[in-house]
Amino acid sequence: MNNLDQIFVYAKYWLLSQLPGGVQSLVSIVLDIIAIIAVFGTCFALTTILERKGLGRIQNRYGPNRVGPCGLLQPMADAIKMLTKEDIVPFAADKVVHYLAPLVLTVPIWLAFSVIPFGREMSAIDLDAGVLFFFAVGGASELAVFMAGWSSRNKYSLVGAMRAIAQMISYEVPLVLATIPVIMLSGSLNLNKIVEAQSGYAFGVAQWNVFTPWGFAGFFLFLIAATAESNRSPFDLPEGESEIIAGFLTEYSGFKYALFFLGEYLGLFAVTALSVTLFLGGWHAPLQVLEFLPSWFCFFVKFAAIIAVFIWVRGTVPRLRFDQLLNFSWRFLVPLTLVNLLVAVVWHFTSLGAGLDQSLRWLISAAMIVPAYVYFGRALSPNRPTRIYQYAE
Amino acid sequence: MSASDIIFYIFAALTLVCGILVVANPVSRNPVTSAMFLVLTIISMSGLFVLLHAFFLAAVQILVYAGAVIVLFLFVIMLLDLKEEQRRHVNRVVAALSVIVVMVIAAAIIWTIWQTKLGDGLDSAHLEGSLRAVGHLVFGKYILPFEILSLVLLVAMVGVILLSKKELK
Repeated sequence: MNNLDQIFVYAKYWLLSQLPGGVQSLVSIVLDIIAIIAVFGTCFALTTILERKGLGRIQNRYGPNRVGPCGLLQPMADAIKMLTKEDIVPFAADKVVHYLAPLVLTVPIWLAFSVIPFGREMSAIDLDAGVLFFFAVGGASELAVFMAGWSSRNKYSLVGAMRAIAQMISYEVPLVLATIPVIMLSGSLNLNKIVEAQSGYAFGVAQWNVFTPWGFAGFFLFLIAATAESNRSPFDLPEGESEIIAGFLTEYSGFKYALFFLGEYLGLFAVTALSVTLFLGGWHAPLQVLEFLPSWFCFFVKFAAIIAVFIWVRGTVPRLRFDQLLNFSWRFLVPLTLVNLLVAVVWHFTSLGAGLDQSLRWLISAAMIVPAYVYFGRALSPNRPTRIYQYAE
Repeated sequence: MSASDIIFYIFAALTLVCGILVVANPVSRNPVTSAMFLVLTIISMSGLFVLLHAFFLAAVQILVYAGAVIVLFLFVIMLLDLKEEQRRHVNRVVAALSVIVVMVIAAAIIWTIWQTKLGDGLDSAHLEGSLRAVGHLVFGKYILPFEILSLVLLVAMVGVILLSKKELK
């Protein structure tokens, strides 16, 4: 069990032991980078095909099934198409910024993966300010979107970029606020320590953050904010093709467009990996009897499950209007995350001294978060007229 | 000269050069270009923080300045369309005055640094800008300035909301 669990770590050390001592630390870093790029590059290819197939099934059609067995080679065909397309730069565009924008989007997102523990002893950097580092490199995506929209010298691009930035700023607030309870109760910004704090089993079931009231509420708030942050449906207004063509991507073609596409999916992967780490116990197995499974396997099963939820949501929920989008963030998600912060505090202090019964603690937490949910949910549409049925009873 | 020294000089030079390009770009007088160079300045400054092992400060520097503040700058630039800024000629008197002011401030700073008796510097154990130490300082010793700062920000926020309301009730 232990061998399989640590197989990648052992493989890396075996490779390093074959090399002379001087270059070992450098090669170690390069190996980490190659592993992350290979794994998430493959994930990108697989997710695009699975997403198209899943969406196809939801919409009562087959999805891509022509290239390769069951259409599995479709990503390869797409890649070749993208690479061989002509790269068109508008005449009036700011050439340098137009060229840099896709890079500024894609490169920092790769950095975000470096702090995430993918398995036992399997994180590239064990950084003390890991969560902060993650959000810091994530902040570059707003800049990239602005650069893309502004440098194209196209009204649609500019409107798309403005929408995207307003959306990203608004949803970054609930995203960060939803992670704060986890940081407070784990007592660390280090992602390895946060995973450690979720170890152990009670009655054979893991003690993940999602199994506490604040973690449960926080997980869903985090996922919603993450959907918006990675510009996915139902929050894909920046690219609302029926209104503003393709938003900030309008003037991009060929490989640069592919890089934007890649960056968007990588952002989704990064934030999904973070949600697994923060709320779903990272690489810990869900049940004690399943502990024989390799840690990286557990991590990627949870990862795939959340990606599947994202695909499902994309296929089923219609796109929001822009004022609804901003109101939803500022009037619903932000107050709820603040209430959730209070719930986490109450949860923490009732466990220390009072020695309250577990079910009573759950009741107190529910009594705090459920009325807030109902109240803020109702307040989102205060003047909704009662529906009048003209031609029906 | 060790590797970290070389990296320090690279980042320091980048900070200074990009900082100059923010205010006095000979090629373009476009405000967006200035903002882009400001981003580079901030990133190279956070590189300096990393060299001091202050990862927390480096992350916060990028998160707050490159992530939030710059984006707000760009938002304003985008909304206002500052074409006039590009066309406006440099006022000679103002330019001369500002050069004098900058030189006086620079002289004051250099003189202060000259007068300060620098110690041997901290050993690497104390150099570590650990999160816990920063937190203890901010919420312990410097709690009053911290609270005053947050109050100032709150006042600014309320003011902006008041200004942006079209009619006051």
